[in-house]
Amino acid sequence: MAHGPAKGLSRWLLTTNHKDIGTLYLWFSFTMFLLGGFFAMIIRAELFQPGLQLVEPEFFNQMTTMHGLVMVFGAIMPSFVGLANWMIPMMIGAPDMALPRMNNWSFWILPPTFLMLASTLFMEGGAPNFGWTFYAPLSTTYAPSTVTYFIFGVHLMGLSSIMGSINIIATVVNMRAPGMTYMKMPMFVWTWLITAFLLVAVMPVLAGLVTMMLMDVHFGTSFFSAAGGGDPVLFQHIFWFFGHPEVYIIILPGFGVVSQIIPTFSRKPLFGYDSMVYATASIAFLSFIVWAHHMYTVGMPIAGELFFMYATMLIAVPTGVKVFNWITTMWRGSLTFETPMLFAIGFVFLFTIGGFTGVMLALAPADFQYHDSYFVVAHFHYVMVAGAVFSMTAAVYYWLPKWTGKMYNESMGKAQFWVSFVGFNLTFFPQHFVGLAGMPRRIPDYALQFTDFNMMSSIGAFIYGASQLFFLFNVIRTIIAGEPVNRDKVWEGAEGLEWTVSSPPPYHTFTTPPPVK
Amino acid sequence: MHSQAKRLLKLALSPVLLLLSFLSTGVWAEEAPRWQVNMSPGVTEVGAKIYDLHMTVIWICVVIGVVVFAIMFYSILAHRKSPDREPAQFHESTTVEIAWTVIPFIILVVMAFPATTTLIDIYNTDDAEMDILITGYQWKWKYEYINPEGENVKFFSNLRTGKTEIYNEDDKGEHYLLEVDEPMVIPVNTKVRFLVTANDVIHSWWVPALAVKKDAIPGFINEAWTEVNQLGVYRGQCAELCGRDHGFMPIVVNVVEREEYDNWLAEKAADAVKIKELMAQEFTLDELAARGKDVYMRSCVACHGVNGEGGVGKAIAGSAVATGDIATHLEITINGVPGTAMQAFGGQLNDVDLAAVVTYQRNAFGNNMGDKVQPIDVYQFKQGQ
Repeated sequence: MAHGPAKGLSRWLLTTNHKDIGTLYLWFSFTMFLLGGFFAMIIRAELFQPGLQLVEPEFFNQMTTMHGLVMVFGAIMPSFVGLANWMIPMMIGAPDMALPRMNNWSFWILPPTFLMLASTLFMEGGAPNFGWTFYAPLSTTYAPSTVTYFIFGVHLMGLSSIMGSINIIATVVNMRAPGMTYMKMPMFVWTWLITAFLLVAVMPVLAGLVTMMLMDVHFGTSFFSAAGGGDPVLFQHIFWFFGHPEVYIIILPGFGVVSQIIPTFSRKPLFGYDSMVYATASIAFLSFIVWAHHMYTVGMPIAGELFFMYATMLIAVPTGVKVFNWITTMWRGSLTFETPMLFAIGFVFLFTIGGFTGVMLALAPADFQYHDSYFVVAHFHYVMVAGAVFSMTAAVYYWLPKWTGKMYNESMGKAQFWVSFVGFNLTFFPQHFVGLAGMPRRIPDYALQFTDFNMMSSIGAFIYGASQLFFLFNVIRTIIAGEPVNRDKVWEGAEGLEWTVSSPPPYHTFTTPPPVK
Repeated sequence: MHSQAKRLLKLALSPVLLLLSFLSTGVWAEEAPRWQVNMSPGVTEVGAKIYDLHMTVIWICVVIGVVVFAIMFYSILAHRKSPDREPAQFHESTTVEIAWTVIPFIILVVMAFPATTTLIDIYNTDDAEMDILITGYQWKWKYEYINPEGENVKFFSNLRTGKTEIYNEDDKGEHYLLEVDEPMVIPVNTKVRFLVTANDVIHSWWVPALAVKKDAIPGFINEAWTEVNQLGVYRGQCAELCGRDHGFMPIVVNVVEREEYDNWLAEKAADAVKIKELMAQEFTLDELAARGKDVYMRSCVACHGVNGEGGVGKAIAGSAVATGDIATHLEITINGVPGTAMQAFGGQLNDVDLAAVVTYQRNAFGNNMGDKVQPIDVYQFKQGQ
């Protein structure tokens, strides 16, 4: 077998090729995105009107939990790992990932894991119902018996993420083409390198946490049970020590994507490359010392509250630097607005709004009113959906012609952008209002004063959900019947090694390292 | 300014509103404060400070947002690709980078001052005139008024909205999901300290108008305080996911004049004494069953159903427990069943109510046992454990 892929199913099961594994990750994550989205549709359908219409509160809680878990661990994280697999070797001039067999293994852990997690929906006692943040003792003493599957699932996902990130670190450190110094790496590679270090640092913490839960549930320990001398607040400290860096794990690769796309369609180099690298590193560092801003109401001493408040506010500085750099990159460029650029600009606009509400939430006294309300839900969907999902969508449109050698339908792509943009804002902007007016999150039914905005929100969610089917259709149509692009450099303003190989690229690229300017 | 902004917003949204009101006619009975888009300053000094901080930061964000987005949209409009213009190629400026690092930092320092002073205020629970111990249960609140000189007054506060409203069989009332059987009552212009804890999982006690939100955590006692300066009824909800009925454990705080509060408290204390007297009495089956039905409809119906047909809980109609040995029936009612949704009611209901509800269950839903449980039996059962 010389240089082509194997035939049939074994190509996908046994592959060690970074492009094939990237493709597997991307399709898997999109499947999970649709599944998590389906759960969200059930949530929004129930919240369309006050009263209980479609589901019981118990099932509603399973939906909010599964929606969060599937979106965070099944959709967003694997999608960026898939992107890293495809793009990092091509961007640094490497022939493949450093550890190709581990690469195969880290992907193939995921489908059975999520199959197992989804199957808990059909088990006695139902799926996990304690929220994606699974606070003890609701997730230990008071949990349904499926919590054990959940714990095993988290262990497996953690394993997959750790292996994936070790692979990325090993690849970036060892396999750059001669002349590709660190400060010449594309921003996407930089952001992923930093993300990979975050993953290696915090995934073991999460694994430790769920192991302690396992002990509490099955072996009679009391880590988190006050009745046995344990401490439920300890759970939250450990969870958020993982959870806050996790937020940046989700968003940093998105920053990288946008830093590739905006210069391309501005036909102008990225403004402030060095400061972008330093800002990313500062965000990563700060992410380790702000975790307790998720816990302002647990009754921490005031000194702790003040420390976490000041540290959290500081994150606005490097984040602001990034936004200013993107806008300055556009300034006096030569702009065109193909679909990837629309999503990238949409990202900058909406992510900045999420950043503003982030600064508001950082203020401990005000957070006593915001905490656990729909204001928080609105905030993190602005950074997760408009941040991670918009940037991921931008990335797919941006590199799809490279991957497939075929062009997607531009007007359909633009239509998808505008429909998602409107749907997204209609869904999540009113949630700021109901949150400020006093609606708590994770409730299946609500007081009458919240009726109208919730109905709007649900309508928006259905529109946003439908726009994802457009996306799926456009991608499949491109693969089957897209116009061939017939050139290496698909976009006029694109820079970087991935645009020096053919579209689609050969199965093996850069078997001899390319020259780097 | 503020109300004007609200009017403008409503105007902008009016086509959507029209559609919505068309879609949703007849869903609710009375006009609630709808279309509220902002935090309320509330009825406490702390609430007003938080509101001011919130508005200050919003306006700072609005100004920054307008400037930044104006630049971005200008660029989008003015710097489009055109044949007569080459793109600029500048890509770094240390001065600019330093400027947009330092200026936001200064703005943040400015925000940090009011935030710090407000936080110190929130944390100052000293010199409270009275203490109320708040305990979160799945899914109700218990309020215990600490009385240094005698017995504490304590009671549970349950959701009053009926199942028929929740399941859309009846019209929803004005305070749908935000009404309770017994509200907390506190005097106006008095500093009240809340000691907040929980019995099972973590809950969070939140009343937006009081600007108080504090997690209720088993094994911990958190402190919060309020001093309400306006008479009225203020409503809130549990804010931390606590299981199935997280959305159905509201909070109602009734703020009254000092004198009215004193009378209310005295009445509550007298009720407790009356219960003690009742303890010593013998009741007939009918008396017990009548009282028991009230208790059942308050405390059991959510899980066991109106006709004892079961639901989340087991069926009571024809059940082995309700038609079996009285001691087992008392044991399960008083101590609950660990690891299931069946709670221990021994601490939640008084002995008279426990006797009544057990008697009711044994003689309703076709369980015609004909036997009865007296308060003294419950008392002795508890002593004997």
